Amino acid sequence: MLHFSRRNFMAWSGKAFLSAACASPLLAGLLSGCKTGDVVGELGRATGVLDDEQARSVARVATALGRSFEDITPEQEFYIGRTVGATILGSYSPYTDPKATSYVNLVGTLVSLSSDMPETFGGYHFMILDSDEINAFAAPGGLIFVTRGMLRCCTTEDAVAAVLAHEIGHIQHQHGIQTIQRARVTSAFTILAAEGARTLGGRDLVQLTEIFEESVSDVINTLAVNGYSRNAEREADRAAVMILDRAGYDSAALVSMLEVMETKLTPGGLDFARTHPAPASRIRDIRPILPLVRASNPALRQERFLAALHRI
Amino acid sequence: MAQMMSVQIQTGQLRSSPSFLARIVGEVAYARQVQVLEERTGWMRVAVPGSELIGWMHESALSRRRIVLQAGDADVERAATTGEIALAGKGFNEQVEREFRSRNPDLDFRKIDQMQASRPTMAQVHQFALEGRLRLAE
Repeated sequence: MLHFSRRNFMAWSGKAFLSAACASPLLAGLLSGCKTGDVVGELGRATGVLDDEQARSVARVATALGRSFEDITPEQEFYIGRTVGATILGSYSPYTDPKATSYVNLVGTLVSLSSDMPETFGGYHFMILDSDEINAFAAPGGLIFVTRGMLRCCTTEDAVAAVLAHEIGHIQHQHGIQTIQRARVTSAFTILAAEGARTLGGRDLVQLTEIFEESVSDVINTLAVNGYSRNAEREADRAAVMILDRAGYDSAALVSMLEVMETKLTPGGLDFARTHPAPASRIRDIRPILPLVRASNPALRQERFLAALHRI
Repeated sequence: MAQMMSVQIQTGQLRSSPSFLARIVGEVAYARQVQVLEERTGWMRVAVPGSELIGWMHESALSRRRIVLQAGDADVERAATTGEIALAGKGFNEQVEREFRSRNPDLDFRKIDQMQASRPTMAQVHQFALEGRLRLAE
């Protein structure tokens, strides 16, 4: 498949939205982000577990506090990330060359150890996607996907490290789960309060799964369709430069990779051209933060890069 | 009062010194509480109450919020309304993933399982860093 199957994705996310809206008009209200407190109280009552007084009380607290991505535990982030990953793999096939995969995992793990978040609930894992498109995705929790097209923009191991460090930057800053609408987190907590210590069952499970599906859809929408904010991209680039410097890679390789990318990107394309700021503008932001002295790229590093990725 | 923190990753590893290259002296399970003895840029030396285990963990593996493994009703209410504590196994969990998978049977989670099952060992990463004249984070 040459590009992310946006048709499949849109059909899927549309289905998630419709199923939520049909199953519960209250959730449809939540989706629009209006009257959160009232709706949360209604939702609690609708589960049949809270009585009126309890529902009003939960609604008051939820309205007063709201809940945000910071309340999503690393364990929950792990489950969101798995489903985001499985959805990505619904549109792309893995590139199964063991040498290339093992190499990308070594570079990725090495740079992840130099990030501010070297440990995640389930750890970092890297996969090459068999696509000519120029793209990379970081699913929350540490699952990182990079296309063959993206790796073809890399002429050195340092450039591969730069691509992966940028994605790790998104994970370190939790950009993915930040795109989940606050109202979804608040309503998930309301179900949690209604559920108490019991095992989730029946309608609660259905509703929580719908909120899960919508949360995954928020993340995928950002990764594949709308892109992160300009500010989030700057943060990921800054994190990448810091990570590369710490690990001993040449952080200017991020610029070299973007220069190659610029020559390969098709304007109006459905890949990085759609979801990322133009390479030239990223380069303008990166140059001032690069260290004065560039790290060297020893011959052995270049040899192993060519040996692992020459067929990419 | 001694500062307590909770392990927020699947399996926490205790090391003999504050470095990923240091020897692993023990493992601590998710949600286990540990006592902080000392802090050094990015790392914490911790003791595991009820055991002899002492070692260094990276701060990203630890949470200041108490993570409750077997939550009672009061814990759930506190977690849902104040955020002071977090609940292990609640919210978006394995059960929710199962329900999601039954509604979306076309999505193949086996490839995700395979992806998560493989990871280079620290010895391999160390060797890779040495050969490439790179640094492993201290």
